[in-house]
Amino acid sequence: MSDLLHILDVIRPYFAGIILLSGGFIVLIGASGVLRLPDFYTRLHAAGVTDTLGALLVLLGLILLSGFTLLSGKLALVGLFLLLTSPTATHAVANAAHKAGLKPRLGTVQSQPPVDSSGDPS
Amino acid sequence: MNGEFLTPIDAFTVIDLIFMSMLVVVGIAIVRLKDLFAVVMLSGVYSLVSAAWFVSLDAVDVAFTEAAVGAGISTVLMLGAMLLTARQVAPTKPARHWVALIVVCATGAALLYATVDMPSFGDPLSAPNAYVGLEYLKRTGPETGVPNVVSAVLASYRGYDTFGETTVILTAGLGVILILGLGGPAIKRKKTASARTKAAKANESKILGAHHVVLRVVSKMMIPVIIVYGAYVQFHGDFGPGGGFQAGLIIASAIILYALIFGIDAAKEAVPPSLVRLGAALGVLIYGGVGVINLLLGGNFLEYNILNPAHPSHGQELGIMFVEIGVLVTVASVMLIIFYGFTSRQPDIKDKDW
Repeated sequence: MSDLLHILDVIRPYFAGIILLSGGFIVLIGASGVLRLPDFYTRLHAAGVTDTLGALLVLLGLILLSGFTLLSGKLALVGLFLLLTSPTATHAVANAAHKAGLKPRLGTVQSQPPVDSSGDPS
Repeated sequence: MNGEFLTPIDAFTVIDLIFMSMLVVVGIAIVRLKDLFAVVMLSGVYSLVSAAWFVSLDAVDVAFTEAAVGAGISTVLMLGAMLLTARQVAPTKPARHWVALIVVCATGAALLYATVDMPSFGDPLSAPNAYVGLEYLKRTGPETGVPNVVSAVLASYRGYDTFGETTVILTAGLGVILILGLGGPAIKRKKTASARTKAAKANESKILGAHHVVLRVVSKMMIPVIIVYGAYVQFHGDFGPGGGFQAGLIIASAIILYALIFGIDAAKEAVPPSLVRLGAALGVLIYGGVGVINLLLGGNFLEYNILNPAHPSHGQELGIMFVEIGVLVTVASVMLIIFYGFTSRQPDIKDKDW
């Protein structure tokens, strides 16, 4: 049992590093998406990935690095806050754009009627 | 002075340089943009980047204040002010203002010249690292018993200055009241119960039928947490970064969030403007009252030792706590005064007026 704990303790920083790197990678993907995607809604989608999955993975990696401490508790609270507020902010921005009459550039040619008749898809 | 360029560049220096270049880029973008909404958002970005930079420089208290003031509340206040004006800058003819260019260049050259005389980064002989700063670090522990030196300096050693700052904030609130009006009577007119419930019902159906459901649910979950966090920042200010200024801003922004989502009238029923005006003066009164109590007990103005003669450091803690409460009340109230003042007016300038 103690052997297992010891092994877990040894691999913990490596595991945390992998999670941190993947979080950073997702943030990079989100940034390139914001720069390269064609219109507002798709860019917002990329930014939302950065806000939620990227930031949460980074926080998870930091929690693993700091172990079972008060700092981990605070980081977990920050994560909970992000998990609640980031999707809400993305939703609010998308909703405001939809209400203001901004049409998505992609897919409007084929599916004009459903986009108009249906409510808010987001 | 030449040595600083010869030292090997560590990671923190690189991070600082990145932050500073981001600040320059954001500043240039703010100057060049014509859309006021984007300018307001970018000024929030500017504050957030500089807050991150302050964290990297180990100035946590300043970073906290910058994040709360610059990125948080002043963005909202500027958006409120923007409601009263157009969304675009007034169009100007492109022209060469030679005098302005000369003045700007001369000022920039003078500033560049002045930086030569600044102490280099981390210089042990520079003013903050010698004389008074060392005295504060040495004496704060035994004299006040407050772990966070910044709080002790702010509320105790420099209590006069902070009293002045609190008064300045109150004066700013009074100035906004004088210019924009009290922002009160709009709700008092429909004081009768039936009219109020009717208006509330109309408001309710308007909001419920519309698209704010997610925002309402999440903000209802968030606002109590934000206020509790404000109280934590307030009472934890002795031990870590925080204090009355930041806590007041956080609590005010919780109420402003409520106003943004549930409507300004609902916020005015929850936190009436008269209460806010009372609070702005009450905070300064609490702060000055602590000083007057010290005088009555036979000490000097804002000399907290006298509050507990047996344990002077306990008296210091007590005095700092009450003074910070005064700062909290004034800051939160004045922020709400400004917000109510801006949002209670009809737009004066529209885009088509230009």
